[in-house]
Amino acid sequence: MQFGIFGVGDVARDPVTGRMPSEHERIKAVVEYAKLAEEVGLDVFAIGEHHNPPFFPSSPTTLLGYVAARTEKIVLSTSTTLITTNDPVKIAEGYAMLQHLADGRVDLMMGRGNTGPVYPWFGQDIRNGIPLAVENYALLRRLWREEVVDWQGKFRTPLQSFTSTPRPLDGVPPFVWHGSIRSPEIAEQAAYYGDGFLHNNLLWPKEHVQRMVGLYRRRFEHYGHGSADQAIVGLGAQVFMRKNSQDAVREFHPYFDNSAAYGHGPSLEETMKQTALLVGSPQEVIDRTLTFREYAGGDYQRQLFNVDGIGVPRKTVLQQIEMLGEVVQVLRKEFAVGRPAHVPDAPTHESLKAAARAAATEEDR
Amino acid sequence: MKRTIAVVSAGLRQPSSTRMLADRLADAARRELKQLGAEVDVELIELRDHGHDLVNNLFAGYPSAELRRVHEIVARADALIAVTPTFNASYNGLFKMFVDVLDDTILMDKPVLIAATGGTGRHSLVLEHALRPLFSYLHAVVVPTAVFAAPEDWGAGDTAQGSLVHRIDRAAGELAREVDRRDKPVHGDPFDDPTPFEHMLAGE
Repeated sequence: MQFGIFGVGDVARDPVTGRMPSEHERIKAVVEYAKLAEEVGLDVFAIGEHHNPPFFPSSPTTLLGYVAARTEKIVLSTSTTLITTNDPVKIAEGYAMLQHLADGRVDLMMGRGNTGPVYPWFGQDIRNGIPLAVENYALLRRLWREEVVDWQGKFRTPLQSFTSTPRPLDGVPPFVWHGSIRSPEIAEQAAYYGDGFLHNNLLWPKEHVQRMVGLYRRRFEHYGHGSADQAIVGLGAQVFMRKNSQDAVREFHPYFDNSAAYGHGPSLEETMKQTALLVGSPQEVIDRTLTFREYAGGDYQRQLFNVDGIGVPRKTVLQQIEMLGEVVQVLRKEFAVGRPAHVPDAPTHESLKAAARAAATEEDR
Repeated sequence: MKRTIAVVSAGLRQPSSTRMLADRLADAARRELKQLGAEVDVELIELRDHGHDLVNNLFAGYPSAELRRVHEIVARADALIAVTPTFNASYNGLFKMFVDVLDDTILMDKPVLIAATGGTGRHSLVLEHALRPLFSYLHAVVVPTAVFAAPEDWGAGDTAQGSLVHRIDRAAGELAREVDRRDKPVHGDPFDDPTPFEHMLAGE
């Protein structure tokens, strides 16, 4: 099972000190988080993509390329890559380049996560969100898998005799997760291709996560990629830890109460009950995370934690990542208990390369 | 056949004349439907009990478990009776918040009886200029008679439109006949019946 951190890269005022970090500080801090995540033994670092303030990560491949040069083991991913408003040709090229530079340590999470005006800024219409995700991703897959592509669709100018460069490393395209909070269509898309499905598990309650993941698992089996319990499931969570539970709750309250994502709606306490917001002692976070198998309908492959954003200061985030390193050691052991042998791990470049080689040998016979 | 009528009251005070009107309408609709041979359950929803949940739903994007139960009552009901007090020439904010967090397909083809209370009879057109267009937008089947109750209606109540009791009975009769001519509503679930991906790929 893979563990990691993910975030969307917002620039927000610290409600406790009133201090507003600069974009430059935030960008540099996030690189530091990625390096520390690797040092404490996490498997994945993922950063979002947005094209409007207060978010800074408009260029994930630039950011991840820099992180790739400063790390050795950690898998670099996105949370998410905007499959709706990006040109699929640019995604194919940008991430293949990153994959070479990072020696294969790359996967992607597709999402639609744009607000209304971002679509027209990129020449699109939010009402086409799902059709854009479907068409653009279908093209992206072909660009990575076929040497020469002839293509025509509804949303992009046609391609004749187009070869996307560089070709994916070892002829193996990066693994793709599809992220969606509320659209059953995206769970269906992930199932159709046998790709991964990640629910951020944060902005909607448990029952809803169960329904989304349940649909993905059933359809994964329907499309013949394996049994439902072999589907590749990822979940998110948000974490804030202190040695004592009460300290964690007290310290996190102002960040929660004043945040753009959470503030002024259901209380911190209610949100903790309903969703994967984990605020407490390390042991409490471990106990709650272990119950996520219930959300995921069984054993799953990837657990990401958000420790950054909503104004939490850099020093605190670094402390959270340190603590997460210890928490994850326990989680690895506990999640391994009773895990059926036929439930696969999350695909990596190495495992996909081995699978491709095995398939080629099979064909030769 | 077993029929369910959901009754939504956006009254704020206790006792509430809005709630009183909702109860009268529910009783009349129950009686009219029974005469057409149906067994009738009435599910009353006091929006006042869900005020904080409604704000939370607007902010967080998802309903609390309790509010989800309320949505399901409305979704499964054969008909809806919706009653609001008149605030500044329109439905009150509580009423609109409830409508705003409903799935916009939940009232499609569902018979709806609209009613309102107000401080003066001169507000009675609130039903025609505020509530009826709102429910038309949601593709509900709004019955022709809408019931407005001003303070004087609770007395002798003789107005140009006839007495309040008479208007309640007429509206309830219209609602009952709309329910009677329909099958029970089918409550579709996209998770049980997903659109196959080939259809999405083909742009269907």
